[in-house]
Amino acid sequence: MEKKARQFGYTITRDRQIDYDANKHDISKIVAAAEPSLNLCISCGTCSATCSAALFTDFSLRHVILLLRRGETSGLAKEVAKCMLCGKCQLVCPRNVSTRNLIIQISKAVIPAQL
Amino acid sequence: MTFDLFVLPFFLGLLFLLAVLFIKYSRWIAMMSGPDRVKAGMALFSVGMLKTMWEVFLESLLHRKMFKRNPLLGYMHMSFALGWFLLIVMGNLESRVYSGGHINPPYYPIFLKFFIHDKRVLPFEIFTLPGFFRFTMDLILLFVLSGLVLAIFKRTRSRWFGMKRATKHNKLDKWAITSLWLIFPMRLLAESFTAGLYKGGGFITNSLGSIFDAVLPLQYLAYPAWWAYSTMLGVFFVTLPWSRFMHIPTEVMLIYLRNAGIKQGKYPGSFAELELRACPRCGVCIDVCQMNDAGLNGSTAVYFIRALRENRAEVQLNSNCMMCGRCLEACPVGIDTLGLRVGARSVDNIMVASDFSYLLPQPSVKRKADVVYFAGCMGHLTPGVKNAMQKIFKNAGVNYNFIDKDGSICCGRPLKLAGLKDAASKLTDENTLKILETRADLLVTSCPICYKIFSDDYKLKGMQVMHHSVYIDKLVTEGLLTLQPSALRAVYHDPCELGRGSGIYLEPRNVLKQIAEVAEVAEHGVNSLCCGGSIGELGMNSTQRNTIRDGALKMLCEPQPDVLVTACPLCKKTFDSGNQVAVKDIAEMVAESMTINRQPVNNKELVEA
Repeated sequence: MEKKARQFGYTITRDRQIDYDANKHDISKIVAAAEPSLNLCISCGTCSATCSAALFTDFSLRHVILLLRRGETSGLAKEVAKCMLCGKCQLVCPRNVSTRNLIIQISKAVIPAQL
Repeated sequence: MTFDLFVLPFFLGLLFLLAVLFIKYSRWIAMMSGPDRVKAGMALFSVGMLKTMWEVFLESLLHRKMFKRNPLLGYMHMSFALGWFLLIVMGNLESRVYSGGHINPPYYPIFLKFFIHDKRVLPFEIFTLPGFFRFTMDLILLFVLSGLVLAIFKRTRSRWFGMKRATKHNKLDKWAITSLWLIFPMRLLAESFTAGLYKGGGFITNSLGSIFDAVLPLQYLAYPAWWAYSTMLGVFFVTLPWSRFMHIPTEVMLIYLRNAGIKQGKYPGSFAELELRACPRCGVCIDVCQMNDAGLNGSTAVYFIRALRENRAEVQLNSNCMMCGRCLEACPVGIDTLGLRVGARSVDNIMVASDFSYLLPQPSVKRKADVVYFAGCMGHLTPGVKNAMQKIFKNAGVNYNFIDKDGSICCGRPLKLAGLKDAASKLTDENTLKILETRADLLVTSCPICYKIFSDDYKLKGMQVMHHSVYIDKLVTEGLLTLQPSALRAVYHDPCELGRGSGIYLEPRNVLKQIAEVAEVAEHGVNSLCCGGSIGELGMNSTQRNTIRDGALKMLCEPQPDVLVTACPLCKKTFDSGNQVAVKDIAEMVAESMTINRQPVNNKELVEA
């Protein structure tokens, strides 16, 4: 089936359900308490568009925030570690999110738990 | 008689102090690295020791830097430091003369007037001044007391001393300063009472003594006064090692080690520990700190250092600093406040940035060129700057290689400022390889943040590093660029990393003066304000940043310029968002006002002509 679909220029995304009840929401709360501007994010993606690290990797702050809010925090430690803290995202953010501190706070909330 | 019970508070306090200092200093010496210990040992017997002693005299006794800041403030500090020092030296000489040159117990010179009520003129005094010692000792005491009067005034009138805000001291410091302040009046009283009783003393103690003698029962008061004097000394000595006055012995040690070529190094480490204790909490750093504008007055260098010394450092306190370096410039002790801040952050942020997958797929930039151009992250964020630089290169006929045209990894400075030295060094290593691949002679960058780390930490094997403002100045001087003057009125803003960070003030002004009329603002050069956009800060929100930006803009716009010129893409971006005045980078100003060469210039011909 998948092979056939490819021949027509389509791909099939596997069925995926987000189980909000099973996800970890406490980390998002910890981060939001440490850096309240997380709550300002509208997921516009400007940060990811300007990101220096995103030029070379699949790192995306927008995606990180999305996962964080959903509570899918298991892979976050690996993701946020790719940031170089250069600060471009902070300057372009239309909502004035303190993105650099946000990254640091996510790392602190997530990394010790996943080591 | 050379002993009395009342000397004990002083004597025991002194012994206690010396014991504590001995333990503390031994611990620091033990903490020092091997090479540092050798350096420190060698310096003891070098010519540099003379320089060190001179610096100790100028800074620790005369308080030269305090004088430069404000003469009254300088005098106040000098009268205490130099005055007390002279009292000790002269007191010792005096006691030697009376005891026939013997080595006396340490309390003997301090309380000499209690033990000796001599009114005779000493043999050599006949030829000089009668009562030489008594006169001099009184004069020095008066000198110290004049400082004390100023210090009391400073409590409520700190503005007279050039300080809007003074340090808020903790309890122990209050105990210490109260005992210090009481030492000298107590000495005056004790000596005057005794002089009144025995009709001795110098010009002050004698006359005060006769007055007291007429109205007070001195035979009952003199002895308690000596007890009070001794007790105050004792209290001061016991509180000293844990109070701000620990700076007295530590600053001397700091000057010595600094002149021996020892750097701050790792945190926590011996030199950093020493720096923490060398802070006198004078509060000079408080007024210069722009974090006050944002209502963040708890993280100023003096409070940050105190918290670090007392092991109360908090993440928030460590993060709230723009690393602009204004406190570093103001500090009379020369404590590396920024280094300590980075050190504290290195403990806080140990977990951050540990994946370096972005280091692998770097585009190759091997093309040989004379000049390598690196716009930097911020340069890319302000396309006007990098476009202007490309125009300038082209117009001057320079063979250049724009190595981060298609993006690049960060220079590593932001990570370093967040305390992540190891992560930063991964980036610097990778960038170094990339830069060296080009085999160019000169690296030009548009970003002062990159420039700072390129020149401080990168090992570029003789390749010269220039900020674009310096490079443009060089092009103009060499005649490769011709600038046309305009009627614009401009103010130049010194970016922190370029000015205080790298000492570049002249070149951008040289260039700008040829294009526009330059007006200087109140806070320029080393005193320049931070724009508020700093990548060194980790904890502020955007409202606080904007307050700092607006404060800086208000000062910069005072001469009502047509354009605010800076040399840092981050400053430009930050000031731009303030919507107060047109903001341009020096490169953009140049690109707009240079004469366009129709034909590519041949460098050699121009140089020969």
